[in-house]
Amino acid sequence: MSWETVCGLEVHVQLSTRTKAFCACEAVFGAPPNSRVCPVCLGLPGALPVLNDRAVDDALLAAMALQCDIARVSIFARKNYFYPDLPKGYQISQYDRPLASGGRVPIDVGGELREIPLVRIHLEEDAGKSLHGEGETQGAESRIDLNRCGTPLIEIVSAPAFRHAEEAGAYLESLRSIVQYLGISDGDMSQGSLRCDANVSVRRVGATELGTKTEVKNLNSIKMVEKAIQVEARRQIEILERGGAIEQATLLWDDRREEVRPMRLKEDAHDYRYFPEPDLMPLVVDEARLDRVRGRLLELPFARRARFVQEYDIPPYDAGVLTASRELADWFEEVARASGDGKAASNWTMGEVLRVLKERGGSIRDFPIAPVRLAALLRLVREGKITGSAAKSVFATMLSTGDAAEAIVEREGLAQISDQSSLERIVDDVIRENASQVETYRSGKSQVFGYLMGQVMKASRGKANPQVATRLLEERLKSGNPA
Amino acid sequence: MTAAESRPALWPIPRLDQALEQGEITAIDLVNDCITRIDEWNETLNAFLFVDRQGALQSARESLDRRRAGRSLGPLDGIPFALKDNIVARGMPATCGSRILENFISPYDATLTARLKAAGAILLGKLNLDEFAMGSSNEHSAFGPARNPHDFARVPGGSSGGSCIAVASGMAPLAFGSETGGSVRLPASFCGVVGMKPSYGRISRSGLVAFGSSLDQIGPVARTVSGIALALRAVAGLDPDDATSHPAPVPDYFAALASTLPRMRVGVVKEFLGEGVDEHVRRTMEHALRTMESFGCELQEVSLPHAEYGVSAYYVVASAEASSNLARFDGVRYGYRAKDVATLEELYTKSRSEGFGDEVKRRIMIGTFALSAGYYDTYYGRAMRARGLIARDFADAFAKVDVLASPVSPTPAFRLGDRIDDPLAMYLTDAMTIPANLAGVPAISVPCPVAEGELPVGLHLQAPFLQEERLLRVAAAFEDAAGAAPFPKALAHAGETR
Repeated sequence: MSWETVCGLEVHVQLSTRTKAFCACEAVFGAPPNSRVCPVCLGLPGALPVLNDRAVDDALLAAMALQCDIARVSIFARKNYFYPDLPKGYQISQYDRPLASGGRVPIDVGGELREIPLVRIHLEEDAGKSLHGEGETQGAESRIDLNRCGTPLIEIVSAPAFRHAEEAGAYLESLRSIVQYLGISDGDMSQGSLRCDANVSVRRVGATELGTKTEVKNLNSIKMVEKAIQVEARRQIEILERGGAIEQATLLWDDRREEVRPMRLKEDAHDYRYFPEPDLMPLVVDEARLDRVRGRLLELPFARRARFVQEYDIPPYDAGVLTASRELADWFEEVARASGDGKAASNWTMGEVLRVLKERGGSIRDFPIAPVRLAALLRLVREGKITGSAAKSVFATMLSTGDAAEAIVEREGLAQISDQSSLERIVDDVIRENASQVETYRSGKSQVFGYLMGQVMKASRGKANPQVATRLLEERLKSGNPA
Repeated sequence: MTAAESRPALWPIPRLDQALEQGEITAIDLVNDCITRIDEWNETLNAFLFVDRQGALQSARESLDRRRAGRSLGPLDGIPFALKDNIVARGMPATCGSRILENFISPYDATLTARLKAAGAILLGKLNLDEFAMGSSNEHSAFGPARNPHDFARVPGGSSGGSCIAVASGMAPLAFGSETGGSVRLPASFCGVVGMKPSYGRISRSGLVAFGSSLDQIGPVARTVSGIALALRAVAGLDPDDATSHPAPVPDYFAALASTLPRMRVGVVKEFLGEGVDEHVRRTMEHALRTMESFGCELQEVSLPHAEYGVSAYYVVASAEASSNLARFDGVRYGYRAKDVATLEELYTKSRSEGFGDEVKRRIMIGTFALSAGYYDTYYGRAMRARGLIARDFADAFAKVDVLASPVSPTPAFRLGDRIDDPLAMYLTDAMTIPANLAGVPAISVPCPVAEGELPVGLHLQAPFLQEERLLRVAAAFEDAAGAAPFPKALAHAGETR
């Protein structure tokens, strides 16, 4: 009998609000340690939290986009535990009455579309950062940076709906692109803007009861999440097959060794002593607020992808790549609209543009060629003014000089040669100068045609109209009668 | 000349305003009078934990300049005040009566402090209290007990003992304390001054070191109701830094005192005049109620049937919240840190064990237990339900009457040491004041007339939520009929020899 992995994910998304969740401190990554703090986020005696409305709106927007049921009244609760990077000794979170429940996240696993059901979304604050023996503190000393403390987070809890590690990866990709689309987070896992804990259990295929789960933490990339789920499921299966039992535990992923390390067992589990946060009123969400937030909703990645397939007649895979980030999708659409040629826009974006972007790094927004300028280049190709191969060299020149396509074509005399007599001259020269290859062709080895065609393009410096040149070359070769 | 006449710090605040405005006295005279009184009596009474002489005199000079230039900031300009040491003021200690914060200096002002400074009032210093406001006698202070100015062998009441002593003894004409279960009204009653707890959310809690956040409320202490009205008008109202502060506009409480009081229906709480009420308190109350009738009040008996669960509910809710509120005192970022610790857990355990006193530890343990998994519903859940029932009792009572009247406490000030080893007896001291905190309604203690040599007893009045104006008007009418609080005899004798 084989085994089945059952996994659920708890994802923390750091909201990119200007200020923190409960105070006016700036919420930024990378500021000097403990430079973005005040009595509230330091937990000084007497300081009180005041809820950031923008964080609530962002959380509501996420809940709407993920089709959750939004609670008209939700309650903040204190989660009590001691840790040096938690200055108040409790985290303000939500417990039995979260902001939203239910909902779903669309995923694409190898071209197959599915939806992962959600349990809940709630709003909470982040803790600070503990630095153990890093940098100058190498050794026994630990240091605390409280800049992050009080940064707003939404926690998105999925149902235990994943059966394969790749589904978890696809889910995180989908969530990341949704929060990026909504503009509520940069979703960057390497900076901790999107963090994920995996609850993993295994059971015999066909079983209906869930097995004992473990929680795996310290997963800082999608690859790590997938690997950790596989490794942890395999560990559990080995234990069960030996006749052992799984102990409920919290585990830490060790990416270097690709193994889990125990963090704490069930008996050491915290009793968080949740109770309603008396410093904050219940969060009441009225219709006006929902309307206002609804106004920020926009076309989400999966819908956009479907539309791209239809509207621009491009393959679903390509549409998936183009819609993975909102910036790239926007960029592509600008090219597609301005050029009137979605397919070409897609090919160029997927090909040359992404290749260059990958080489150079950075965001599509900073790409040296503006979408309208690339569209102008594509129009030159479409209108037969230059050949595809000339277009590649024009593109390269655009990149290096920043000049417009038309100017480059003009300056470098790259306009396509379509006129019959000029092309005939070139074709005849090629046939004369390649007598042995012509002979080979005429003896029935038609694959030589490509070589000869290449010679024609070369002789024309890439400007020959490929259709006309092909026709002329075929005619001359078949006639066996060079002029 | 009597003590009250010769010492401006004992004058009612409206009279001080007038005297300062007309140049009869200066703010410097007034501050010096307070400092003289502090120097004279603080060693005995232990009311002040910190006095800012230089700062107060500097502020007095500035106030004097404003008054002389006709640019007074209002009736509190030049009025000295002091704060219970769990209300923060920038650059001053905020010990909360605890070793764990012994060396803590607040980098910011409480909203209350900022509003008083903006009104021109002069901060004298910080006042003694039970550690983290947990106690009813001011004996649970890490810096020694405070003493009742009427009888040094007796407690001043707590936890705002220092606040009420300061006002009773003329160390400050105005002070602020804090309430979680009666901590202003009880010492006001024991010390013979006026002490008020406004409605929950009426005064910002920003900068009040939290004990039981859903119950905590800052309260003013003065020698007369008029002083309370002026102070409350200056500090009440919505605060963007406190999400639980109430948005209702702040009426002119002081102006309201001038109008004639209509006939009031006064509910006498029957549960608070039964068994266990001391004879002196009972007689004084009966007299007080007749006084109320004399100015046109109509008395009727009312019941708060669930009030008997108040103390139990209170100790669960307040302790639960305290267990969480006091978690931040961990020796990591500020405050007391134990020496020679090897592990993080040891740092926490030793810092907190050595830094907190016994009563605070007792409440942290009660509260932690009450919130524990498996016990939450039994304790916290039930306490919150009892709280709801008590709030409904008040609503039912206020459907029949305009204000409630009762004693503040079953006994007058008790002797130091009498209840310190019996937490339950100490907790029951607050049985009559706790319900108002649980229900969030405003309440006040006004001194009753007592015979010479008798201990002070406060008349406890309670009004519906946000009806501070009505509460103060009734209290002022009673004060008019009964006469203002007498100056403590023990101090008067000593004072007059000077």
